[in-house]
Amino acid sequence: MQENFQPNPEIARRFEDLHPPFAPQAAVIEANRCLNCFDAPCTAACPTHIDVPRFIKKIASGNLRGSAATILEANVLGASCSRVCPVDVLCQGACVMHRHNEQPIQIGRLQRYAMDFFYNSGSPLPLKVTALRAARIACIGAGPASLACAAELRQHGFPVTILDRLPLPGGLNTYGVAEYKLRSADSLREVELVRSLGVEFQLRNIASEQDFEQLEEEFNILFLGVGLGAMRKLGIPGDNHPKVVDALDFIASYKTGGRISVGNKVVVVGAGNTAIDAANAAKRLGARDVHIIYRREERQISAFEFEYERAKQEGIHFHWNTQPIAVHHDDGHLSSVECVQVRYNQDGTFSKLPFPSFHLECHLLIPAIGQSPLLDLLGKCRGLQLHQGRVVVERATGQTSNPKYFAGGDCVNGGREVVDAVADGKRAALGIVNALQHEDAHA
Amino acid sequence: MPEPYGKTPNIAANTAGIQSPNPFWLASAPPTNCAEQVMRAFDAGWGGAVWKTIGEPIVNVSSRYSSIDWNGQRMMGFNNIELISDRPVEVNLREIAAVKKQYPGNAVIASLMVESRRDAWHTIVKQVEDAGCDGLELNFGCPHGMSERGMGSAVGQVPEYTEMITAWVKEVARTPVLVKLTPNISDIRMVARAAKRGGADGLSAINTINSITGIDLDTFIPRPNVDGASSHGGYCGPAVKSIALNMVQQVMSDPASALPLSGIGGIATWKDTAEFLLLGCSSVQVCTAAMHYGYRIVEDMIEGLENWMSEKGFASLQDFLGLSLPRVTEWKHLNLNYKIVARIKEEKCIGCDLCYTACWDGAHQCIHLDRISGPVDGHVEMHVKPAQIEAASHSAITVTPIPKLDHGKQSQHGPYATPLERIPRVDETECVGCNLCSLVCPVDECITMERIDLGLPPESWEQRTSAHTTAAVMNAGGS
Repeated sequence: MQENFQPNPEIARRFEDLHPPFAPQAAVIEANRCLNCFDAPCTAACPTHIDVPRFIKKIASGNLRGSAATILEANVLGASCSRVCPVDVLCQGACVMHRHNEQPIQIGRLQRYAMDFFYNSGSPLPLKVTALRAARIACIGAGPASLACAAELRQHGFPVTILDRLPLPGGLNTYGVAEYKLRSADSLREVELVRSLGVEFQLRNIASEQDFEQLEEEFNILFLGVGLGAMRKLGIPGDNHPKVVDALDFIASYKTGGRISVGNKVVVVGAGNTAIDAANAAKRLGARDVHIIYRREERQISAFEFEYERAKQEGIHFHWNTQPIAVHHDDGHLSSVECVQVRYNQDGTFSKLPFPSFHLECHLLIPAIGQSPLLDLLGKCRGLQLHQGRVVVERATGQTSNPKYFAGGDCVNGGREVVDAVADGKRAALGIVNALQHEDAHA
Repeated sequence: MPEPYGKTPNIAANTAGIQSPNPFWLASAPPTNCAEQVMRAFDAGWGGAVWKTIGEPIVNVSSRYSSIDWNGQRMMGFNNIELISDRPVEVNLREIAAVKKQYPGNAVIASLMVESRRDAWHTIVKQVEDAGCDGLELNFGCPHGMSERGMGSAVGQVPEYTEMITAWVKEVARTPVLVKLTPNISDIRMVARAAKRGGADGLSAINTINSITGIDLDTFIPRPNVDGASSHGGYCGPAVKSIALNMVQQVMSDPASALPLSGIGGIATWKDTAEFLLLGCSSVQVCTAAMHYGYRIVEDMIEGLENWMSEKGFASLQDFLGLSLPRVTEWKHLNLNYKIVARIKEEKCIGCDLCYTACWDGAHQCIHLDRISGPVDGHVEMHVKPAQIEAASHSAITVTPIPKLDHGKQSQHGPYATPLERIPRVDETECVGCNLCSLVCPVDECITMERIDLGLPPESWEQRTSAHTTAAVMNAGGS
């Protein structure tokens, strides 16, 4: 994996930062507002337990390098997390200022401020890599879970290799996050930092049982940070048309593949956070009308509330209780998606309402109805216990039912946030360190 | 008690015979440099102005000021190395006359500083009084520059000089004479007494405090920077108010010092003013706040003071001047049997737990985070130490709430009630009543200090030790 990634300036222009960075004095004023709580609720609410008041007060004192180090010690992907974390339901949601009749401290923006300072300074990671130890570890998948796991393992002296089937490392951070939240270039810059700790990256697809056997030969411990699989298909007539592009492919194509044009009318199916990222992107890429259709009711929307609000501000049209039943094309060109009104039943099924179907004009259809688990791949891993498509691990250590395998991130948690993947990866690294020490002790 | 807000209180002030429509004077400083400024200040509502110190014109340096910011607030402390007026005496005299002609009801006090020669003082006093000033303020306090030339605080730091020059001035003065005291001395009463012996009609206190405000950490040059070097200056602004209040109290509680006093030092609001008046000042002087925000601040100072007086039923300043003086005493007279403890109002607590960490690290380890909500299974640890609490939080596994994955659990974010685990508990038997927790608490009225009746009569340290002595004497006598 070697990136010669050239960001597209047109994409940069259209995907301006959602939350512009703080100016220096504004950051200090905001940092001074923080009460510096003891055993702070924001820290507890962060899956990686970044010591939030500590890094904020270092911004207030002007110790920006120390502030960045505080963040990076807890979360090596502190920069991307500062941009993509749903802070409203994490640190900022827990801020005691809510009860003080005041706005919560803007923790995400302050974290970004410290991280921007650090990256602009060009300094090396303020993390210590200890003397090399013998055991070799491979992290499969180059997303946040593996990056965090690898960074932590390097700090304990273990050689780590990250393997991925895609040319650019970073996983969804590089390919799958809306550009106005996190630019691919920034994700890659963060990966470089992990590489600078001495982590090796290999472009290598692991697909067969033999591949796993080979890895087990080469490495003492394997960490699965493989994420989830492809997005689910709609499974309706006509959905194999080339203008039916699932949300992750769509996002990856504009972020790293140079896609700019989307047509005038875009329909997104689903109302999760990824659906909203795709819909907003379609709008910014020039679509005149962007519709989201969702078979449940508004109150059942699975996107975070602030994402939903943002989509409304971007001018996305929402259609509730609406299900696509067929994709139509005209002379080979995608023309419309045919929908019906449905009702959500208590037992989780849907009934079609007795109204005629209708057509939504559509030049690009983006299904965003969730990723399916990598059942095929995980099934090739011997002795790996799965539950509802997720790898079963011991939570505190990330160890799977096969003691040689540890796992974390979306393949374990079913698809949460970057910060959850980082926390999983870090915990697993410590679990691996313990397991190897245990092995040493009994050797 | 009169009806609150019924009648606007009379805030006319009289300091040693210097009358002003209100107690708010501008201190001798840049805001009173010239007539144009003083007239605008009077238009804004200032009751009096102490003219920028008049003497032989000097030459100033640039830069002249530096300040200390605190937690994002500008100018918590302010420092200057500016000298007295740089304008010819005649110009100042002419302008004083012009101001008095146009504003006969406002007080114009001439601040004076000349060489320590009897004739020089006689001359300047006659000149400014002829110009029509209402009183004199002898600047024996300026701590920088002028003191190197044997003036300012070089006089104010030597009681004999202070007494001598005050007496020279009194030989010719027809208007009230105030002596401005320097705080740069170990006991301000020594100079206050000297001024009183010299015949001063009143005092003003405090002048600025010797200071170096800070050092530029890139150039290593202290501030303010004058071509690569600095010099100590005079410190003022909000930071010095507490020091000034103490010195005012020392002077006013000492019969050999006490004179009508114009209070100075960090006064920026009507509340600050009320505090100085409660310790016996009959007017106050303001500089830094006016330099920061302009003359307009006096409007709220007047209105706020009047409203407060109405609420308290004070019809004039005389009703409360010095009211708090008897409430300041020596430590040995304080009641040892007065006991208060901290009480935390749960419904107001936001769970920042600053009181907890303050009590553990800065006080007496009597606030605990050991409250539990929900069912308890097994041992409950009481008096957990801060490090254990932090370690427990750090090892907890937290995930982002995702409604789709967390089945039904709605993602919750504020405002919600403070969890019981984060509401600290005060161990009242261990609480010494130090106030620290209530001081660090960011929420008004959340932690209150409440009295515990010990069932004991008041007893001071002096009483307790003299009782012991008496008992010891009696025991010795009885053996």
